[in-house]
Amino acid sequence: MSGASVQTATALPPGRDTRLAVDRDGWIKRFFVIVIGLYLVGALALPLYAMLSKSFVTYSFDLSRYEVMRSDAEGNWGPARSLAAINDELGRFTPQDLASNVNGRLAPTEFFPDFSFRSPERWRIRGLDAESHYLVGLDLIRSDEWRELDSNTFRRVNLRPLPKTGMDNYSAYFSNPALFGSIGNSVTIAAISTVITLFLAFGFAYAINRTCMRFKSTFRMIAMMPILVPSLLPGIALVYMFGTQGYLTPLLMGHSIYGPIGIVIGSVFFTFPHAFLIISTALSIADQRQYEAAESLRASSWRTFWTVTIPGARYGLISAAFVTFTLVITDFGLPKVIGGQYNVLAVDIYKQVIGQQNFEMGAVVSVILLVPAVLAFVVDRIVTRRQVSLLSARSVPFQPRPDRKADRLWLLWCICVALFITSIIATCQAAALIRFWPYDLTPTLANYDFNRMDGGGWAAYWNSLQMAGWTAVVGTVIVFTGAYMVEKIDGFRSGRTLFQFLAMLPMAIPGMVLGLAYIFFFNDPANPANVIYGTMVILVVSTVTHFYTVGHLTALTALKQIDAEFEPVASSLRQPFWRLFGRVTVPVCLPTILDISIYMFVNAMTTVSAVVFLYSTKTALASVAVLNMDDAGTIAPAAAMGMMIFYTNAAARILHAMASRRIMRRTQAWRVR
Amino acid sequence: MTDRTPAAQPYLEIRNLWKAFGDFVALRDIDLDIHPGEFVCFLGPSGCGKTTLLRAIAGLDPQSRGTIRQGGKDISTLPASGRDYGIVFQSYALFPNLTVERNIAFGLENTGRPKAEIKARVAELLALVGLPEQGQKYPAQLSGGQQQRIALARAIAISPGLLLLDEPLSALDAKVRVHLRHEIKELQRKLGVTTIMVTHDQEEALSMADRIVVMNHGVIEQVGTPTEIYRHPATLFVADFIGETNHFDAQVQSGRVQMAGLDLAAVTGGHAPGSAVRVAIRPEDILPMASDAPEAENRLAAQVADMEFLGSYWRAHLKVGEVALVANFSMNAVRRFDIRSGAAQLVEIPAERVLVFRGASA
Repeated sequence: MSGASVQTATALPPGRDTRLAVDRDGWIKRFFVIVIGLYLVGALALPLYAMLSKSFVTYSFDLSRYEVMRSDAEGNWGPARSLAAINDELGRFTPQDLASNVNGRLAPTEFFPDFSFRSPERWRIRGLDAESHYLVGLDLIRSDEWRELDSNTFRRVNLRPLPKTGMDNYSAYFSNPALFGSIGNSVTIAAISTVITLFLAFGFAYAINRTCMRFKSTFRMIAMMPILVPSLLPGIALVYMFGTQGYLTPLLMGHSIYGPIGIVIGSVFFTFPHAFLIISTALSIADQRQYEAAESLRASSWRTFWTVTIPGARYGLISAAFVTFTLVITDFGLPKVIGGQYNVLAVDIYKQVIGQQNFEMGAVVSVILLVPAVLAFVVDRIVTRRQVSLLSARSVPFQPRPDRKADRLWLLWCICVALFITSIIATCQAAALIRFWPYDLTPTLANYDFNRMDGGGWAAYWNSLQMAGWTAVVGTVIVFTGAYMVEKIDGFRSGRTLFQFLAMLPMAIPGMVLGLAYIFFFNDPANPANVIYGTMVILVVSTVTHFYTVGHLTALTALKQIDAEFEPVASSLRQPFWRLFGRVTVPVCLPTILDISIYMFVNAMTTVSAVVFLYSTKTALASVAVLNMDDAGTIAPAAAMGMMIFYTNAAARILHAMASRRIMRRTQAWRVR
Repeated sequence: MTDRTPAAQPYLEIRNLWKAFGDFVALRDIDLDIHPGEFVCFLGPSGCGKTTLLRAIAGLDPQSRGTIRQGGKDISTLPASGRDYGIVFQSYALFPNLTVERNIAFGLENTGRPKAEIKARVAELLALVGLPEQGQKYPAQLSGGQQQRIALARAIAISPGLLLLDEPLSALDAKVRVHLRHEIKELQRKLGVTTIMVTHDQEEALSMADRIVVMNHGVIEQVGTPTEIYRHPATLFVADFIGETNHFDAQVQSGRVQMAGLDLAAVTGGHAPGSAVRVAIRPEDILPMASDAPEAENRLAAQVADMEFLGSYWRAHLKVGEVALVANFSMNAVRRFDIRSGAAQLVEIPAERVLVFRGASA
């Protein structure tokens, strides 16, 4: 409002916004964003698209599109007749019978009850158009020309089903109670497990963050143990504890562990650390001043708990609930081992694909499993965004005060949870070392002699180690580089947004779904990337992709914490960005980079869901071996292999902790504030 | 608002520069020349566009419209890496994991210079900023003021044509700030590097700049030397933002301004008689007079309503009839004239110190 100022024009003059020329750094960063973006498209978006489109495809034999002629022994030809007409006449197949899958075969001899391959009769067959293909032996014929064959060759003719796009698979799914009943089962199991896990984890996290209980660091370590083993390991332990020969079976009072009870107990075990970590973070950011205010208002501790503690942790609780729910509903290994006849979605996918080779129905179940997973993911993202705004720089950190009675009660709570976790691991360890439960309890290492069992032997273990190593190295490089480029690039708005979306997507995709999508995409002979099918590469690619999001978010958090002015300073000094990246960014972020790599390694060792569809005989994995050995009834070696994964991950974690400590010590000089 | 000394070819020429963030226009039609070797301050309240202008010059956030020429070359669309400047940010942005020496050497390495030369140059720069012994330390081991000097040394290491300082002193405490002001100014004079500093601290701008660019709401209000800006503010905003003022609505009569209860002689050139104006008077331009001083223009009989002690001077709240005025009186004057709360005091406002601006409603 000042007097003589030059406020002549107020609106931007017409024209285009000035754009800075893109320099070499800009091009290189764009190149990396595009390359890693394309990786995510190829390793995630396209397979998912392939799977989605497969779920709408049905295969059936279209008899009206084939004609057959038959001659007598003298060579006098009868009339050309459509197979559909013959079928109507004979009433041989109903339309349901003619539904098939991509591998379906139907022999036209089925329509001639008097057919004999020794007969001197001759046959002619043709499709009415080029699409109506059929096999003669192994040769695929795609022609509408008549083809004349003797009886012995006609025996080897097979019609192929034709694909059709539509909702047929979905209507078939929902008209089959054995299939859609799994939705209810899955949701029930996930809901019950979530409530129990949250209850236990909240108490545990509360005790560690808000009381003066002793042995906190020990409990913290025990709480993390389930992360180190595949989710199906608690299943094996439960068999030993509560199975028909279990040492605690009477506690079930006649109920069977095989089914919902087993899945829930196991789910609580393997989701516990995830819920604990989230709630613990939420409880650790309490503001002392709120509690002092409550105390000065003479609120009872019960009232303070409900009006201060719970609201303060509500986002953490919601987030933990959704994470737990998603983990349970998408988990495959545990219900496979302990689920018995109780069908759940994730196992249905496996059964459809591996058991019945019905890939299209597997795709339908995958799409259905995607719904709760995507939903939970979206809610979790919204809640996580809110949580950040709760933190204020002026908060006074909460200091718990000793309370002997309460502290003892919390200690008791933690001991119970810790006992539950350790007893499961300990049972597995015992099972691995016992010759033949429960008849011969002599200790032995025979169960570790994996080469004598089915499932891949020691080679599977070494494969796993190799796969996890590659995943940790390749995954960390890709994830961190991608996060850096997308965070520090100038301009390129649309590219960044698309990349961020692609990087967030894997978190919403259950492993089983990803694995099945890979079959559709990479097993297609028309796909040039088909060469990686059945190799170690596809296992690494699927695992890196499956665990991409958490690594990406971790890297972004670290990158946002370093000074945003580093890049401008470096470019004003006319230094290329990669010098800054190598000399400053990577060294400063090294602890985070190590965190990402250990996360990738541990998960690659334990994952079953994505790779169970993708391993080949040459690339069998330890976690899959546990599954297969359990399936084959060699349950003690399965436990032993599970323990091998446990030892490996525990060792990796210890190495990681040592490396982190060394880095911190070496860099102490410049980290002091 | 272009330059007043058109003799030399300007080093930096900014023409018709606009910057919009969505619907918000942050810079409007900026024209500015900066001469070689000048120390220029962009001064204004937060949100005035000074940092936006600096970032446009640096190529960090490109302008929406307009051109920038540096040393005769059009750099409007050059990315930051293609421009020729050194920059110091408020955060210093020192690389935490590199020693002070490696920080300073960052822009020198990778340029084909021999190691010995780099080492010598780093030592020279460390001496220049007065920290010759600190080369082996890490930034976190230095004080804020020391870090600031290292950031400066790193920026000038590559001998840039232009030095940009983005609020370089605002993260420091008051004492260090005053000391560093002087040092930076000295250094700039020694090197002769054209420098632009962004600041919201008027004292900083007045004490360091050769010329000050006062900005408000995305426009340049005034460009001038510190004394020009202070003594002859071009707009009411400048008068208000730099230093303090008493101000009133008034009407122009020939050679005089009339306001409720006051009628003062003033320099009214440029304002038509009868037009509404805004009059501003700085507290230090109200001079105490002995009661027996000879008659002169704008002599007013005031009543001292209240006195406030502000350390190096007194602030007097005066009443002239119904009109309230704030005046600053030196310790000496207060002693000499025995100015006390409740006493009467004769004051004079020199006619050329009555600042007249176009009225807000005009």
